Amino acid sequence: MKRTFDYLDHLEAQAIHILREAAGQFERPALLFSGGKDSIVLVKLAEKAFRPGKFPFPLIHIDTGHNFPEVLAFRDKLAGQLGEKLLIRKVEDTIRRQGLTDPRGKFPSRNALQTFTLLETIEELELDACIGGARRDEEKARAKERIFSIRDEFGQWDPKRQRPEIWDIYNGHIRKGENVRVFPISNWTELDVWNYIRRENIELPEIYFAHERNCIRTAGGQLLAITEHINLDTDDDIVVRNVRFRTVGDATCTAAVESTATTLEDIIEEITTTNLSERGATRLDDRISEAAMEDRKKNGYF
Amino acid sequence: MNILRFITAGSVDDGKSTLIGRLLYDSHAVSHDILHTLERQTRNKENGEVDLALLTDGLRAEREQGITIDVAYKYFNTPKRKFIIADAPGHVQYTRNMVTGASSADLVIILVDARQGVVEQTYRHSLIASLMGIKHFVVAINKMDLVKFDETVFNEIVDSYKQLASKINVQNPVFIPLSALSGDNVVDASTKMPWYHGPTLLQHLEALPIQPVDLQTPPRFQVQYVIRPQSDDLHDYRGYAGSLRSGELQKGQSVVVLPAGIETTIKAIEVNNKEVETAFAPQAVVVHLTDDIDVSRGDFIVPANEVPESSVDLEATLCWMSERPLHVGDRFLLRHHSASVKAVVKAIEYRWDVHQYTHEPVERLGLNDIARVRIRTARPLFFDPYTQNRNTGSFILVHEHNFDTVAAGLLHELPAPEPVTDFAI
Repeated sequence: MKRTFDYLDHLEAQAIHILREAAGQFERPALLFSGGKDSIVLVKLAEKAFRPGKFPFPLIHIDTGHNFPEVLAFRDKLAGQLGEKLLIRKVEDTIRRQGLTDPRGKFPSRNALQTFTLLETIEELELDACIGGARRDEEKARAKERIFSIRDEFGQWDPKRQRPEIWDIYNGHIRKGENVRVFPISNWTELDVWNYIRRENIELPEIYFAHERNCIRTAGGQLLAITEHINLDTDDDIVVRNVRFRTVGDATCTAAVESTATTLEDIIEEITTTNLSERGATRLDDRISEAAMEDRKKNGYF
Repeated sequence: MNILRFITAGSVDDGKSTLIGRLLYDSHAVSHDILHTLERQTRNKENGEVDLALLTDGLRAEREQGITIDVAYKYFNTPKRKFIIADAPGHVQYTRNMVTGASSADLVIILVDARQGVVEQTYRHSLIASLMGIKHFVVAINKMDLVKFDETVFNEIVDSYKQLASKINVQNPVFIPLSALSGDNVVDASTKMPWYHGPTLLQHLEALPIQPVDLQTPPRFQVQYVIRPQSDDLHDYRGYAGSLRSGELQKGQSVVVLPAGIETTIKAIEVNNKEVETAFAPQAVVVHLTDDIDVSRGDFIVPANEVPESSVDLEATLCWMSERPLHVGDRFLLRHHSASVKAVVKAIEYRWDVHQYTHEPVERLGLNDIARVRIRTARPLFFDPYTQNRNTGSFILVHEHNFDTVAAGLLHELPAPEPVTDFAI
């Protein structure tokens, strides 16, 4: 009997295996859910891994407060459909509690501050594992991170002290205070994610599809959605463009791309032919230095 | 379209990173903004050309030192395949990284510098790849541009590698002369080596038939997680979730649950929340049994007539990965995929000389040593020899206190006269 098992089946089976391993090895795991496409795919994979049972973990949204309203609406709708617990922890509250400085400037991104809220949440809920949708193709530092990535008491990633990850044996043994980040879709690329979304017919927030939007064009030529969190100046270059978002993050640092892609087929075609990487096209914060992600991860970032 | 996972192995200056960079670059897997960053970084160096090696040298610590300190994973697609590359550093100290990269690879590319020929590192890398069960070997003879694309040089290296291969279990290595720097025979065929008629490296990687999981091997299923909704409508639902690691399982099949040793029948199998008649490796499945048996995480469900070996006394090849040496009598947690058991090292039989391919007696093992050992576990382990099943034949050792992964282990067949122990604990 001939068995057909293509590359998406492989990636899916591996991700389900990792999710079940996390559920089996940890006492208090959680799934970090942003409402972005990667975490939506994780939720789909969790359904395949654990239904008809409940998820053995809550969903947690680390909320910067700088959201796209469409994404928040989608998040709440999905959580309702799933019947799973969704916990929201706000960067706003961390800023107040810890007396942090809310970033100022034209594009006051709270992306870096998410780390504080995440670490606070890990402590509050005594989480021993956080499951996230990071992929190794996103960024060079991520290319070197393990699927079970151990963080010390301060959430820090030490690239030189990573445990070797051999075969698909995942070592989730940790000491008190340590925790693990688990990345089930490490081996997926952006294109794999989109092909999977198409195959599984997964619903996404509308901002992933092309739409007309008022944007501010930055000095570097990037397009940012005009939201209440961006400080507009009179001489700003305001344009109306057909755009979509390739990633969903803090709205003040996530740029849109000009696009006419209104269907999943269009998007896959667009990504196949584009010559910009996902983060390069859309993230202001990774452009600051070549080691921006490496530094953020060492400090406890996702 | 399927997936080919491969690893590249070479000495420090064999041009390994350049080769990977070339594969990514010529197959258009590199975006413009990333190339732009590369150009900027390269400009800070002496020569002007874009340094393709920078595509894999990810961390700042590595860029500053000009070395690769860890396994990096890279991805690219062609219309024929998705490729996952484990880029393991060639530095002499980093055997453990190569073992890590090789553990999940179908194919290894052994890089040889055409000017140097087969060197000590070639022996080491070939042995590791062979021990780790990689079936497909490519010997990429790089820097052919620096030996004037000379066929004689190529042939000499082929001969000396074949001698090496005959001493260990390397079958039918494929030899490709190339230049990663100039791109000859990497993706596009070289015009400078008319004497070579074989495929380019990428052509070979695309065309090689691979069997990701052997469906002929006995079925092995290990429980990862028990699904019990305990809701009103699903009161009796009890599903054993896990991945099928080899072979096929059928609805209605007679199986035995290990270690309990209880025989039962498969009542139903689910894949992706749907019932199926047959499941095959490497699918993630949920198995239901006819009888109400106590089955927990780490237990095996296997056909009643094809049970794995079982014993508390294990023979294993160990790759030691910790700076702290291993002594006989040291205790660990042995993680056999979803099962974990206490273990003690009873004897170090010999250490491999990875360059001479000889065995030497030693008192203890140091970082990167590969050795044959005897281990005793607190409970019987259910396993297959690694040469028959890379999955059930593999384990890791975890330090008892700091929980670091300190060794990779490959299980061997039990000595013949040893009787198979019963399943009772």
